[in-house]
Amino acid sequence: MTQETEITPMTEPQPEPPAHDALSEAAADPAAQRGVETHVVPEHRERKGGKTDAVFHIDGVGVSYSGKPAVRDVTFDIAENEITALIGPSGCGKSTLLRCLNRMNDLIPGCEVSGHVGFHGEDLYGPRVDPVRVRTLIGMVFQKPNPFPKSIYDNIAFGPRVLGVKGDLDEIVERALRRGALWDDVKDRLKDNAYGMSGGQQQRLCIARCLAIEPDVILMDEPCSALDPISTGKIEDLMLELKERYSIVIVTHNMQQAARVSDKTAFFTVELSEEEHRVGRVVEFDDTEKVFTNPADPRTEAYVTGKVG
Amino acid sequence: MAVDPGLPGAARTQLAVAGARATTAAALNRKGSGPRVQEGLFLALLLLAVGFALAGLAALLVWSFVEGLPRLDANLFTQGPSSLHPETAGFRTAILGSVYVIGGVIALIVPLGVGAAIYLEEYADKTRWWNRFIELNVQNLAGVPSIVYGILGLAFIVRGPLDIGFVAAAGSMTLALLVLPTVILAAREAIRAVPPSIREGALALGATQWQTVRRQVLPAAIPGILTGIILGVARAIGEAAPLLLVGAVTFVTVNPSLFEGRFTTLPVQIFNYAGRPQEVFHELAAAGVIVMLVVLLAMNSFAIWLRNHYEKKLS
Repeated sequence: MTQETEITPMTEPQPEPPAHDALSEAAADPAAQRGVETHVVPEHRERKGGKTDAVFHIDGVGVSYSGKPAVRDVTFDIAENEITALIGPSGCGKSTLLRCLNRMNDLIPGCEVSGHVGFHGEDLYGPRVDPVRVRTLIGMVFQKPNPFPKSIYDNIAFGPRVLGVKGDLDEIVERALRRGALWDDVKDRLKDNAYGMSGGQQQRLCIARCLAIEPDVILMDEPCSALDPISTGKIEDLMLELKERYSIVIVTHNMQQAARVSDKTAFFTVELSEEEHRVGRVVEFDDTEKVFTNPADPRTEAYVTGKVG
Repeated sequence: MAVDPGLPGAARTQLAVAGARATTAAALNRKGSGPRVQEGLFLALLLLAVGFALAGLAALLVWSFVEGLPRLDANLFTQGPSSLHPETAGFRTAILGSVYVIGGVIALIVPLGVGAAIYLEEYADKTRWWNRFIELNVQNLAGVPSIVYGILGLAFIVRGPLDIGFVAAAGSMTLALLVLPTVILAAREAIRAVPPSIREGALALGATQWQTVRRQVLPAAIPGILTGIILGVARAIGEAAPLLLVGAVTFVTVNPSLFEGRFTTLPVQIFNYAGRPQEVFHELAAAGVIVMLVVLLAMNSFAIWLRNHYEKKLS
């Protein structure tokens, strides 16, 4: 299996990274073999320092719920090992677009995705792609912390367990918690219920939970909107650490947050379509610095300077 | 027993309590004098209604205890029915029959009820007409009188396609059909109460739908499901009418078995004793009522305790 050797550089040096087993398991499934995994091979990963390649290639993507368009004509690339921020007013389709990237939208009845979403060159919506496998490669953190009503340990171990990851589970849990900057806070109470943690800790637990399955990308849907500034700061620091290893896409309402952490920013706005529906679309996509200091579009400028929104 | 299993918890009691509370709250908040008379009247009406319900229950309890207390002894549990020695007769075969029948009911309703609830909540596409049809039917079945299930059991289980005869297993199946809608509705409610964010969290980690249901949704819903099962079983314990149709007889002196021979159950035996002319049998019936009341109250209390206990744990 080629992807084993490809994935290795991103895992910490240790004899048996769980990603191996997770992906070899996938290889046992012939459908998955023909599907996304075989093409997920990130060959460029070893070229450090060079031009970063696109993880996601979003081309003319539109999403509609029961025939009503929510967002349309979205076209931009999401680069590897970068943080891409999606900003814009409420109802502009940022979260909708985010949920297209790991096929969480499949779970909403009546939701249809048009256009092309490429993931490392493979069509994410191709007929042979298994959405369950997609979600093991593209993790997601939600707006409200959603730990499982179980112990901290079981929260982290859930992903590896359902994916049938072999290897020392204790080790996997510890590594995920360390990467989630949570180990020192919780190492003495791994068996405690996760509901007893603070909101910020719960959200870091959700991030760590997502890291335990060694994803390629982490999608974050307003991860700090329910948190206080100190917890928010911790999560932002964590994101900057994580981008060394993962690509991150974050939806945020907090423009300072986008300016602080992201490398690229996509600004969405809401327009009225011909049928008088409110439809979101991308106004501007560029380096974050440019979007915030020298935006090309007057609507972006009005939004980022706080004149509207 | 005034336990309505249509909804988890004694629904009638809950409704009465909620109504009284709302009225009281409204009366306390209102300052004007005009509507206050109406409020007072309405409150009195509600209290009267609650009073009637409680008075009925109290009368039953008082009668049972006064009549039955002298007969509460070991014979009640160790002796079978007897016409010759009514003063030492008891409920042994009836209690055993109830245990057999209820054991069968539990074995049937747990997998069927929980399975149906999981399908309806987690898998069924509600935009399809057949799923809506099933839902509507389950709700309607919960309101069908128990005697109708007795006729169904007689036609399809005792005779007809299954043809297993007048045995305890036929009673189990009939009662299982009777309480299944209750269990399904309660289990659905419990499954629906699990926050969608937990399902999303599990699915986003690459769990399949079944893994999500099996490892996250079901464990979180189990207390609610158990409550529904206990209330369903409590209703089944008290049922006599459908069992009379599927072969529960009133005079069995040998211990029952599931698939052979006649059987009887506690409520059927009480019905029989109560119908006899001699005073001594009435006392026996009253003692039987006490036994049943204790069992039912214990089960309902356990269901309520279970729900409260886990509700605290989850939130």
